[in-house]
Amino acid sequence: MWKFIHQLASPPHFYRIAPKIVPWLAVPGLAIIAYGTYAGLFLAPMDYQQKDAFRIIYIHVPSAYLSLMTYMIMAVSAGIGLIWRIKLSHAVAAAAAPLGAWFTALALATGSVWGKPMWGTWWEWGDPRLTSELIMLFVYFGYMALRAAIDDTVKADKASAVLALVGAVNVPIIHFSVEWWSSLHQGPTLIKEGGPAMDAGMLYPLLAMIFGFTLVFGALLLRRVRSEVLYRERRTRWVKEMILAAEGRN
Amino acid sequence: MSEQHESPGLLAALMAVARRDLLLAWKRPGDVLNPLFFFAMVATLFPLAVGPSNEQLEFSGPGVLWAAALLAMLLSLNSLFISDYEDGSLDQMLVSPVALPVIALGKSLAHWMTSGLPLVLVSPVVAVTFRMPPEVMGYMMVTLLLGTISLSLLGSIGAALTVGLHRGTALLSLLVLPMAMPVLIFGARTVSLVASGDGVAGGLYFLAAYAVLIISIAPFATAAALRISNE
Repeated sequence: MWKFIHQLASPPHFYRIAPKIVPWLAVPGLAIIAYGTYAGLFLAPMDYQQKDAFRIIYIHVPSAYLSLMTYMIMAVSAGIGLIWRIKLSHAVAAAAAPLGAWFTALALATGSVWGKPMWGTWWEWGDPRLTSELIMLFVYFGYMALRAAIDDTVKADKASAVLALVGAVNVPIIHFSVEWWSSLHQGPTLIKEGGPAMDAGMLYPLLAMIFGFTLVFGALLLRRVRSEVLYRERRTRWVKEMILAAEGRN
Repeated sequence: MSEQHESPGLLAALMAVARRDLLLAWKRPGDVLNPLFFFAMVATLFPLAVGPSNEQLEFSGPGVLWAAALLAMLLSLNSLFISDYEDGSLDQMLVSPVALPVIALGKSLAHWMTSGLPLVLVSPVVAVTFRMPPEVMGYMMVTLLLGTISLSLLGSIGAALTVGLHRGTALLSLLVLPMAMPVLIFGARTVSLVASGDGVAGGLYFLAAYAVLIISIAPFATAAALRISNE
C-alpha cells in the first residue's frame, strides 16, 4: 500500500499512469451526466411551486458542492506538500484552483439565473449561500493571483500553501458569519432547498448529476495535474528522454 | 545590539520588537497619520455620494465606518514588513535565536497600536457626523477595538506572503479582504443592532473569540510566510 502511494507520488510514474485512469473516470462520468440530464429535464416531475425553473439545480447543486470540495482537495494537498515536501501534491493544488474557481463561477451563474424567475432579481444579497459563494470566488482569485505573482515555482507552491491552509480555517467561519448576517436581513422568504421533502423522481437525477460531476471533475483534475507535472519537470532527464523516444518513433 | 548570544526571554523579545517598531513610527508620524486621514476621507465620501439625508446617514453610519476602518487598516498593512525587508532587518530577524512567531506577534502588536488603536480613538469624531447616539458609539468603539486586533494579525499573514513581490499592494487586498469578511460582518452588524435596540452579546462574543483564534494562529502563519518569502 505505502509502496503504491510512494510510487504514485513520483512525477514520471504519475505521468505514465494518469492517462490509464482518466477514461475510467471520464466515460462513466459522462454517461451518468447524460442520464442525469435526460432524467432531470424529462423524467423528473415538475415542481408544484417553481415549475420547470427548479431543474437548474441539476447543474447548480453539483457545481456548488464541487466548488467547496475542490477547495478542500486544494488545501489538503497543499498541506501535504508543505509538510512532507511532496512535489506532486503541490502540482495537484496548482491544478485544482482554476477548476474550483470555474465551478464556483458556474454555481454563481446558475444561482443567479434561477434567482431571476424565483426572486425577480438576478442577485439577492439576502441569500447566504449565494453571498458566501461570491466570497469563495474571491478566495480562489486571491490564491491564483498569489501563485501568478511569484515567479519561482517552489516559492509559489509554499506561499500559496500557507494561504490555502489559512483559508481552510477561515472559509467555514466566512460561511457561518454570512449566514448569521443574512438571518437578520429582511430578505424575501426563500424556498429552502430540501424544505419540502424531495420527490424520489427529482432526487435520483440530482444524485446522479452529483456523482457524474465528481467523476468528470476527477478526470479533468488528473489531466490538468498531468500537464502541470510535464511543465514543472520540463528540464528533467525523464521528460527529455521521453520526447527523444517519441521523436525517434516518428 | 548587545554582545550576549543567549536568547532573551519570549516576553522580553516581544516587547523589544514592539518597542522598536513603535519608536520607528514615532520618528515617522506620517505613516501613522496617513491611514487616519484616509479613514476620515473614505467616511466623507459616502455622505457626498449618497446625499445628506439624516435618516440615511444614521442608517448607513455603522457600515460606512466599519468599511472605512477596514480599508484604512489595509492601507497601513503595506508598510508592515517593507522597510525591514529593504534595510535587511528582516534577515536579522530570520536568523535571530528568538522564535520567529514571537517576533511576528511583536510586530503585529506594534502595528495594531499604531493603526488599530488610533482608529478606535478617532472613530467617535467621524461617528458624530453620522449622527450616531453616544450609547451606540461606545459599542462601536468596542467592536472596532476587537475587530482591528483580528485585522492586524490577519493582515500580517498577507503582508508576509507578499513582502518581496513587485506590485504587492493590489495582491495584498485580494488576499486579505475575503478573509476579513467575518470581522466586517460581525463588527458592522453588531453596531447596527445596537442602533436598532437589539441584543449585542452574540456579535461581541464572536469578535472576541475570533480575535483569540487569530492571535493563536496568525503569528505562526506569518512566520512561515516570512521564511518562504525570504529563502
